[in-house]
Amino acid sequence: MGGKKTLRLFFIYLVCIVIAAATLFPIYWMVVVSARTKLEVFAGPRLIQTSFYTMNYYRPFFQDVYGRYLLNSLIIASGNTLLVIFLAVLATYAFSRFRVPGSNNLFFWTITNRMAPPAVFIVPFFLMFTRLGLRDTQFGLILLYCISNLPFAIWLLKGMMDSIPRELDEAALIDGCSLWGVLWNVILPLAKPGVMVTAILNWIFAWNEYLFAAILTSVRARTITTGLAEFVTVIGTNWGEMAAVSVICLIPAVIFIGVAQKHIIAGLTFGAVKD
Amino acid sequence: MKEDKKQVWGLIAPALFIMILIGVIPVLYIIYLSAFKYNVFAKVPMRYAGFDNFRKLVFDPDFLKSLRLGLTFVALCCGIELPLGLFIANLLTLNFKGKGIFRTILTLPLAMAPITIGSMWVLITNPDFGPVPFLFRKIGIEYNMGISANQAFFTTILVDLWHWTPFVVLTFMAGLSSLPNQPYEAALVDGATRWQTFRYVTIPLLKPVILTTLFIRIMDTFRVFDEVWMLTSGGPGTATRYVSIHLVRLVLQSMEYGYSSAMSLFLLYLTIIICFFLLTFISSSREAA
Repeated sequence: MGGKKTLRLFFIYLVCIVIAAATLFPIYWMVVVSARTKLEVFAGPRLIQTSFYTMNYYRPFFQDVYGRYLLNSLIIASGNTLLVIFLAVLATYAFSRFRVPGSNNLFFWTITNRMAPPAVFIVPFFLMFTRLGLRDTQFGLILLYCISNLPFAIWLLKGMMDSIPRELDEAALIDGCSLWGVLWNVILPLAKPGVMVTAILNWIFAWNEYLFAAILTSVRARTITTGLAEFVTVIGTNWGEMAAVSVICLIPAVIFIGVAQKHIIAGLTFGAVKD
Repeated sequence: MKEDKKQVWGLIAPALFIMILIGVIPVLYIIYLSAFKYNVFAKVPMRYAGFDNFRKLVFDPDFLKSLRLGLTFVALCCGIELPLGLFIANLLTLNFKGKGIFRTILTLPLAMAPITIGSMWVLITNPDFGPVPFLFRKIGIEYNMGISANQAFFTTILVDLWHWTPFVVLTFMAGLSSLPNQPYEAALVDGATRWQTFRYVTIPLLKPVILTTLFIRIMDTFRVFDEVWMLTSGGPGTATRYVSIHLVRLVLQSMEYGYSSAMSLFLLYLTIIICFFLLTFISSSREAA
C-alpha cells in the first residue's frame, strides 16, 4: 500500500510539473524576447537570456504613443468599474429587497448578454457612436463596457446581498434612516468584500477587452490591448517591443491573481461553481 | 406600498436606462438595418430590401463555411478540454504539497488579456525565431502558420487548449472537492474498482458541474475572436475564419452594414436559442439529481 501511494504521488507530481511548465513556458518566452535587442531576437531560439535590453520598455511608453494608451486603459477600466459598481449596488438592492417584475429572468438575461458574440454589436455601435459623437472618446468606452459588465455585476452582487439579513436595514429604516443612509451606512460596509471582488473582476474584464476598443477608437482613446494588436505591420514588427508591451499588459492579471485568485472560478462560472 | 414602488424604480432606473441605451436600442437597430441594403459607398446608401439580406445569408457559401469552421472549432476544443480537464482534476483530488502553487499557476491564463495570449503565441510560433517551428524543423516538418491552413487551424485549437484547459481543471477540482464522502465509502465497501467508482459515482455526482462547464465552454469557443485575430486574422485564406472573425472582416472590408446586420441578428438568435436549450437542459438535470 505504501509503495503504491508513493508511486501515485510521484505520478501526480510528474503531471503537475509538465502542466505547470507548459503553462509557464509561453509567458517565460515572452519575457525573454522582451529583454532582447533586434539582433539577439533573430540569433535563434536560445532559452537563456543574461542581459536585459531596457529600451524595449522605454521607447514604446516614453517616446511612442503607448504611454497614452496605457493611461487610457487605466482610465477606462477604472471609470467603467466605478460606474458599474455604483449602478449595480443600487439595482441589486432593489432586486434583493423588493419584488421587481422580471427579476426571475435576471439570470437568463445576464447569461445571454455575456455569451452573445461581441462582434454582433459592432455595426449598431459604430453607427450610433458616430452619430452621438462618442467615437474615440474614453467616456464612450466607459459607457459601452456596461453592456456585459453591469448585468454580470448585478448577478454576482445579488447572491451576496441576499445573504445580508433584512432585519438590519428594516431596523435602520424604522429608526428614521433614509434609503441612502441605509445603503451607505448599513449595506455597503457589510457587502464590502463582495463589492471588492466584483469590482476587481469587472476591472480585469474592462482592461482585457479588445474588439469594441479596436472598432470604436482611432487615436485619442486607444487602449493598450488595441495598441498591442497594431504592432504587426507591413514594414516589419519590432518583436522585442511587442513582447515588452505584452508584458506590461499582463501585469494587472498577475496582481489580480495575488488579490482575488480564490474568486475567479466563482466569477467565471457565474457563481455556479464555488471554490 | 406606493412609496415602495417609487423607491424601487428610483433604484433601478439608472441601470435600466444604461442597459436600454447600450443593450436594447442596438438590437432594435440591428433588426431595422437588416431590412435595408445599406452601403456607405453606394449612390443611394440605404434602400429597403425586405428579407433579401436573409435570403442571401442562407445561401452565402462564405458564411456557411465560417459557421461550419466555427462549429468544428467548438467541437474539437470542448471535446479535448473536458475529458482532459476531468482526467487531470480527478488525478489531483489527493492533497499534496505544492497544490496551492499549482492552482495559482493554472489561474494565470484565465486573468490574462486574450490579446496578450495571442501576441505571446505569435512570438512562440514565429517561423524566424520561435521555438515551436525550431523544434518542428528538427523532426523535418516545415512549420509556418502563414502558409499552411491545417497548421493554422490546429494552432488556434492549441492556443484555446492552453488558455482554457486550466479553467476546466479548476472548476472540476472545485466541484470534486465539494462532493459528499459517503457514496465513495459505499463504493469502497462494495469493492468497486477505481474505474467503476469514477464511472458510476464521480461522473453522476459531478454532472451539474460538468454540464455548466460545457455550456460556458461552448459559448466561449463559439464567439472566440481576440486570440485568433491576433494570431492569424482568419487566414491563411479562410482557414481560421470563425463566425466572429468572418463578421468583423465583412464589416471592415465590405462596409455592407445591412447585410452584416442580418448576419449579426442571425448569430444573436442562434446564441439565445443555444443558451436557452442548454440552460433548460442543465436545470432539468439538476432537478433530476
